[in-house]
Amino acid sequence: MSDALLEAKNITMQFGGLKAVDSLSLAVYPGQLAGLIGPNGAGKTTVFNMLTGVYQPTSGQVFFKGTSVAGLRPFQISHLGVTRTFQNIRLFKGLTVLENVLIASHQHVKYGMLDSFFQTRKFQDNEKGMRQRAMEILNIFGLSDKAHENSASLPYGEQRKLEIVRALATQPEIILLDEPAAGMNHSETHHLMELIAQIRKDFNLTILLIEHDMKLVMGICENIFVLDHGVKIEEGSPSLIQNSQKVIEAYLGVEDDL
Amino acid sequence: MQSFKKPILSLMALLILGLGLNFGFNAFIQLQAKFIIINMILAMSLNLVNGYTGQFSLGHAGFMAIGAYVAAYLAMNWNFLPPELSILSYLLFVLVGGLVAAFAGFLVGKPSLRLRGDYLAIVTLGFSEIIRVALLNMDFLGGARGLAGIPGLNSFYLDFVFSSLWLVFCFFALWRLIKSSHGRGLLAVKEDEIAAEAMGIDTAFMKVKAFVVSSFFAGVAGGLYAYFVQFISPGSFTFLHSVNVVIMVVLGGMGSMTGSLVAAAIITILPEALRPLQEITGVDLRMVIYSLSLIILMILRPKGLFGELELPEVWRKYVRRSA
Repeated sequence: MSDALLEAKNITMQFGGLKAVDSLSLAVYPGQLAGLIGPNGAGKTTVFNMLTGVYQPTSGQVFFKGTSVAGLRPFQISHLGVTRTFQNIRLFKGLTVLENVLIASHQHVKYGMLDSFFQTRKFQDNEKGMRQRAMEILNIFGLSDKAHENSASLPYGEQRKLEIVRALATQPEIILLDEPAAGMNHSETHHLMELIAQIRKDFNLTILLIEHDMKLVMGICENIFVLDHGVKIEEGSPSLIQNSQKVIEAYLGVEDDL
Repeated sequence: MQSFKKPILSLMALLILGLGLNFGFNAFIQLQAKFIIINMILAMSLNLVNGYTGQFSLGHAGFMAIGAYVAAYLAMNWNFLPPELSILSYLLFVLVGGLVAAFAGFLVGKPSLRLRGDYLAIVTLGFSEIIRVALLNMDFLGGARGLAGIPGLNSFYLDFVFSSLWLVFCFFALWRLIKSSHGRGLLAVKEDEIAAEAMGIDTAFMKVKAFVVSSFFAGVAGGLYAYFVQFISPGSFTFLHSVNVVIMVVLGGMGSMTGSLVAAAIITILPEALRPLQEITGVDLRMVIYSLSLIILMILRPKGLFGELELPEVWRKYVRRSA
């Protein structure tokens, strides 16, 4: 069990009197594509926020590669190789598409402020390399010809894609996608599924995603965690989840005897 | 050496401009020219914090005061070079003044940059008032009487060369910082702190970094002020002075370096240019017209003169298109 890439042990998040997440344990293994599902308000995004350090769990701990990330700030967790996208898109709206991606690779920058002042060779090489890598990733997502457009002017679906591109630019080992297909139509969702499968292979990634689109989740996830009212009610392969009585009850309610 | 080409060219252009000012104009206009340069340095450095990093600081006069007093005190007590060479020692003194101000910026910024918006504005405002009141009570710095008889460079052209050097240094240091990955980090902090953190940007460190660099150049501007006016007192660095710099930044456009330059020139010249009007009408409508023109400008261009664009972009967008 200890070879999990990202593992949560009994994490609880309490907001005042409300237990948003109640002693949840989950483990994602290297190379896996895992899903986190559950009805609205089940606490899925709260779990993401705890995994990435935005919230510190009230109790319990998160482990990355076996070491605890308790007390680390979000940027430090990002440096370890855990990154995420946001449910309500959080692009840097005033900046161009390319700048959005470049900011994400700042953590790998080797030059200091003096290098940029003297425009040293190190500065120029670094900048060039960053731009090239950014354009490569943008190219995979078909956004390279919009690199110099304002990110807020992109259509909704492309903004969602740009969030993924930006997350990839941090060179993560695991990426947490928060509802990547929200607001997308049928064919866009299908296209996104293929993209996710492709980047997983190309970048050797582990992925944990939250999604409401069951077709997407059942189609690509290998392991699924089901959350309801902050408690994990089921875990397993798509077929197991589809036939689980507990999951069906959580989504559709319990049938009353008439 | 390629990297020094543009700074040297701009410095040379400024020196030629200075030569023209030296022979063609009276002392009053020459003094205004020096003030414009000081205000340009102040506006650009404050723009780094208020415009690019999106943190609202109202304490720029405090850092300016620190730089001014350090530079003045050193020049009055430690000048080790003969007067003819004092420009060299003054370079060092202004640098020291800037560094002390930067250190003060670090001390203030470290705890207070957790705050945002209005709260940060109040803390920085409080800090600059503390500096002022502390200076009022320091007898070895003249207290309320201030420091008089600061040895200056005693020549307009030397003053102008000296301040041009710092102006060019300030402009290119900030410009290249902003165009680097470190500068994009600052922009990310302004745009969305939570997303910036998730992408691996240490937002707290970024803010302190911007604050320290900004304070350094405020200190430099203070040092220049001390040498040009040759008299400083705590009254020179009041809250109003900070507000004035904020006006320049907002008028020029938050996040536009060249906008700050233009606005600094306008804000310095406008009240003076309106003086003849007072002679004609006999009533002092100067400040009324000054504030009215600011109001009208902000209504017409709510994002400032240049918005977030720089001069070449503004040129392409508005001038060339209409031609």
